[in-house]
Amino acid sequence: MLNLILRRIAVAIPTLLILTIVTFYLMHAAPGGPFTSEKPLPPQVLANIEAKYGLNDPLWKQMVNYIGGIVTEFDFGPSFKYKDRTVNDIIAQGLPVTLVYGTLSFIFAVVLGVSLGVIAAVNQNSRFDYLAVGFTMFAQVLPNFVMGPILILIFTLWLGWLPGGGWNGGHWQNVIMPVIALGTSYMASIARLTRSSMLEILRSNFIRTARAKGIPERTIIWRHALKPAMLPVISYLAPVFVFMITGSFIIDMVFSTGGLGYFFINSAYNRDYAVMMGITLLLGSLTIFFNMIVDIIYGWIDPQIRY
Amino acid sequence: MKLTTKAFLMATAVTFVSASAWAAGTHPVTGEALADDQTFTYRVLDEHSSVDPQIVEDVSGAEIVRDLFEGLYNQDADGNLIPGVALSHTTNADKTVYTFTLRDNAKWSDGKPVTANDFVYGWRRLADPNTASPYQWFVEVMGLKNSGAVMAGDADPSELGVKAIDDYTLEVTLENSLPYFALTTTHSSTFPAPKWAVDAHGVDWTKPGNIVSNGAYVLTEHVPNERSVRERNPMYWDNDGTILDKVVALVINEESVALTRYMAGELDRTEIPAGQYPSLSKSNPDEAIVFPRLCSYYFMFNMSDSGPEALKDKRVRQALSYAVDRSIITENILQGGQTPAYTFTPGATANFEVPAVPFGEMSQTERDAKAKELMADAGYSDGLKIELIYNTSEDHKKIAIAMSQMWKQKLGVETTLANQEWKTFLDTRGNQNFEVARGGWCGDYNEASTFLDLVQSNSGYNDSKYSNAEVDQLLADAKTSDNPQPNYKRVEEIIADDMPLIPIYHYAGNYMLNANLKPWPVKNAEQNWYSKDLYKVAD
Amino acid sequence: MRTVFEKDKMNALADNLAAMDTVKGRSLWTDARKRYAANRAAMVSTYVLLAVVLFSIFGGYFAQFSNEEIDWAILGSVPEKGQPSIASGHYFGADELGRDLYARVIQGSQVSLMVGFIGAFVAVSFGTIYGAVSGYIGGRVDSVMMRLVDILNAIPFFFVLILLLVVFGRNILMIFIGVGLVSWLGIARVVRGQTLSLKNKEFIEAARATGVPTFTIIWRHIIPNLMGVVIVYGSLLVPDMILAESVISFLGLGVQEPQTSWGVLISEGTGTMQYGTIWQIGFPLFFFTTVLFCFFYIGDGLRDALDPKDR
Repeated sequence: MLNLILRRIAVAIPTLLILTIVTFYLMHAAPGGPFTSEKPLPPQVLANIEAKYGLNDPLWKQMVNYIGGIVTEFDFGPSFKYKDRTVNDIIAQGLPVTLVYGTLSFIFAVVLGVSLGVIAAVNQNSRFDYLAVGFTMFAQVLPNFVMGPILILIFTLWLGWLPGGGWNGGHWQNVIMPVIALGTSYMASIARLTRSSMLEILRSNFIRTARAKGIPERTIIWRHALKPAMLPVISYLAPVFVFMITGSFIIDMVFSTGGLGYFFINSAYNRDYAVMMGITLLLGSLTIFFNMIVDIIYGWIDPQIRY
Repeated sequence: MKLTTKAFLMATAVTFVSASAWAAGTHPVTGEALADDQTFTYRVLDEHSSVDPQIVEDVSGAEIVRDLFEGLYNQDADGNLIPGVALSHTTNADKTVYTFTLRDNAKWSDGKPVTANDFVYGWRRLADPNTASPYQWFVEVMGLKNSGAVMAGDADPSELGVKAIDDYTLEVTLENSLPYFALTTTHSSTFPAPKWAVDAHGVDWTKPGNIVSNGAYVLTEHVPNERSVRERNPMYWDNDGTILDKVVALVINEESVALTRYMAGELDRTEIPAGQYPSLSKSNPDEAIVFPRLCSYYFMFNMSDSGPEALKDKRVRQALSYAVDRSIITENILQGGQTPAYTFTPGATANFEVPAVPFGEMSQTERDAKAKELMADAGYSDGLKIELIYNTSEDHKKIAIAMSQMWKQKLGVETTLANQEWKTFLDTRGNQNFEVARGGWCGDYNEASTFLDLVQSNSGYNDSKYSNAEVDQLLADAKTSDNPQPNYKRVEEIIADDMPLIPIYHYAGNYMLNANLKPWPVKNAEQNWYSKDLYKVAD
Repeated sequence: MRTVFEKDKMNALADNLAAMDTVKGRSLWTDARKRYAANRAAMVSTYVLLAVVLFSIFGGYFAQFSNEEIDWAILGSVPEKGQPSIASGHYFGADELGRDLYARVIQGSQVSLMVGFIGAFVAVSFGTIYGAVSGYIGGRVDSVMMRLVDILNAIPFFFVLILLLVVFGRNILMIFIGVGLVSWLGIARVVRGQTLSLKNKEFIEAARATGVPTFTIIWRHIIPNLMGVVIVYGSLLVPDMILAESVISFLGLGVQEPQTSWGVLISEGTGTMQYGTIWQIGFPLFFFTTVLFCFFYIGDGLRDALDPKDR
């Protein structure tokens, strides 16, 4: 276990370094800069601003300074667009929002998805099964930028039950629709995955043996079948979580939740270099971290796997 | 339990309290009954860049700054100057020295008096290279003495032509005579700044809790990319005359989602999506409003060396312009009260009278016929291939597509459409890597030169690199002329012939606006609105 | 995303295929075809998919309008005059600009299907070659190449794609390459695993002993034996590519006008669905979901058919 963690960290450092360098150069290769505007700034004004942010240094020096700032002071630099904020401020504000609705969507997707999958598998070829399969397939392919506005039309305009957006400090009413819009397609994937995995297990020899021994069906399903059936689901969970976090920009755009995703999109458009770097690095780290967690859980459930 | 108590109290109140106690609930001037909840909630497309008066650079930020801070003068609903912190001003004979008398009852939100020194500090801060303000150049527009040297860092900010004679007298010295100087003092970058707060908190001074402001409102909450809230400032000198208690700006990226939320009653104001005005004005006649704006929508030709040969031929440019049926764009695509444009400067501009340019007088059929003729004369009767770039937006896309179809069907011109993300677009256009490009221009101030400067050959905004000595001369003369209007008229006539750009339409502001919110200053062409002038009437 | 969730099954399939005696190679394909034909859902999906492909190729001959021309008569009153109707020639109605939605859906189908197929092809080809080279050469090269995959795997995929589209401008080629290039990591891993077990098989050792050059061995002997897993993987990738394209289009980074795609049409339709023009989202969404469903069943069918374990 410790070995695994150490090895992952050993990979993480070069990964993040490469990520930093690649993003940095890609970003600076993009046409225009943070202060390109429709009414171009007079050269003198532009020069003052660039001097203030150190943008007139050679690129390699800017990058060395940037990495130096992170390593020595954990300072990810200022935002060029939102001048009263640093990248640290933006992350401090956006990350909790993204994590809250991301985590809730994750729980929603896992709990509902697994339950739906297990029930469908146990009642294979029943009406419920067909309904579940049909629903999950549709839910899986419906893009969430379509689903979001539909939810708003239904719950805000027609029924008047929920506010059509905003975060409001994470009030439950504001959280419901983002969670559904973000979680549904993953819920559907998990349900389908659970169903097929469960069906396979239920057909396997050891379950047949258990049945032959006269163990009650309920015990078979929950005690014996569920754990092995969950293995493929678990290996899917890390990517799901990462997809939820990185794909959250659609949710932020539709529901104005103020999460990190939209900050990223905006920073790419605004050429807000430091913000873009900061968020990319953060999400890269999160990806590595969640992959590691899943490996640990996986090893714990299935001791045969050795890393 | 709680609810019943409240209901009981309410009932008691209605029964026993006399009508006079509700007088506070009527508008002091019009006598209209006011709503109990004086909150104004509106949609903004993007997060504002800052609420620091010397740093803010975008429209939605300036709207907030105008509520939080107050400059020397404000604008009324028609755009005329009315006293703000300054009560009046005097000027010397050649209009190079302006002396403002400030009110002595203006206070910052922390109770300190607003003095001339706060303006001096703010203006020096704007000019100081260390502030790195994107609006630093505004001190040059104002023509403050030594502005150039201060901006370049060659002179200390204290040498800027502004000083406090005493706490309530501000003296401004200009480089040259500038008759309209007072007009510039409504711009948000000229607002005062509280030195003590800036010194105490550094860049964090504009955060809620730290911010000290002298306007009718203070910033109480700001969640970037979600909302910002400003609430009544009890220290404001005209707090008694301010009716709205709270103003909320919500960042909503999707226009259609914003409209849904407006319909659900979550917003008091949102933009009307292109093409939806006719049906919304039918379904909600009291709420859909339209008014002219000081903005022009146009397409520019690349006339620099890197531009295509065909577009250097005046006849081709004219033909392409003539063939665009502007009324289809305004009446069938946008449908939001925009006016077809044949000149660059909008008719809503102060003192500007739109000249009758020849092609504007023709019917579209005549224009189409003339366009074909011109193309044939220029030797392109077999058609032409051009590339048109525009920045990503549903509306620009629709207009570009419609134009390309008009050109194709009428002139056989094959247009390649290229949609570019904003900064890429600006970079491409600014470096003349285009053939035809979209442009939109809003006046910085209410005078025709803010538009026509764009066709001056050495203007930094002249992306088509159009150059005409006569135009340059006319515009240079206009700067010092007592009556520049004939010059502007002549310039419009020249560009209607040279056609460096295709004017398409003049913008209209169109909103879905809560019918209870009054009085939206539709006649303020720059759309400088102040929440303190608005109020909500009861249903 | 689906490819990720199928990861375990892919690994199992790869193991089963690798464990199989390669001499039976030919009968594997005959068998697989039989088993696939017996899978009703997969067969129906194949026919439906074929129908959509044919529609996207030949449907244009029945269109009354081109995909770009504006019907000036209905522009400005699309909700009333632009409804789907046989009489007006706008079978699927008109889009917001009065252009024929039928013609646009057909053209959008071409683009989306092409993005799906070509994107998957790019990803699968690159991933296969990478994985095969890494696995076959082994040793230090292998560990460096696989470490690189680990590293790339930690990069937020969509962010890089957005950055690429912003930096290099948008054109259809960039979208193909972009979505393809960020999706090859999974297949590279699977292929490498399978190559490792293939490499010690007798026929490979025989080839090596007779002095066949390394890359010829990889090309002639390793890759053909990987085809099963590659085909299944590819069929799972196609819907991923189509979904990715739709998100790019939602951000306005998709194909250039007057070209369109399902993603662009759906995203436009979403913006107007509350204004009484429900057909603008209905038709593109119908084709989009239908094709994705088909690919799900085809992918499942292929995997079942090619998996030798069940025989």
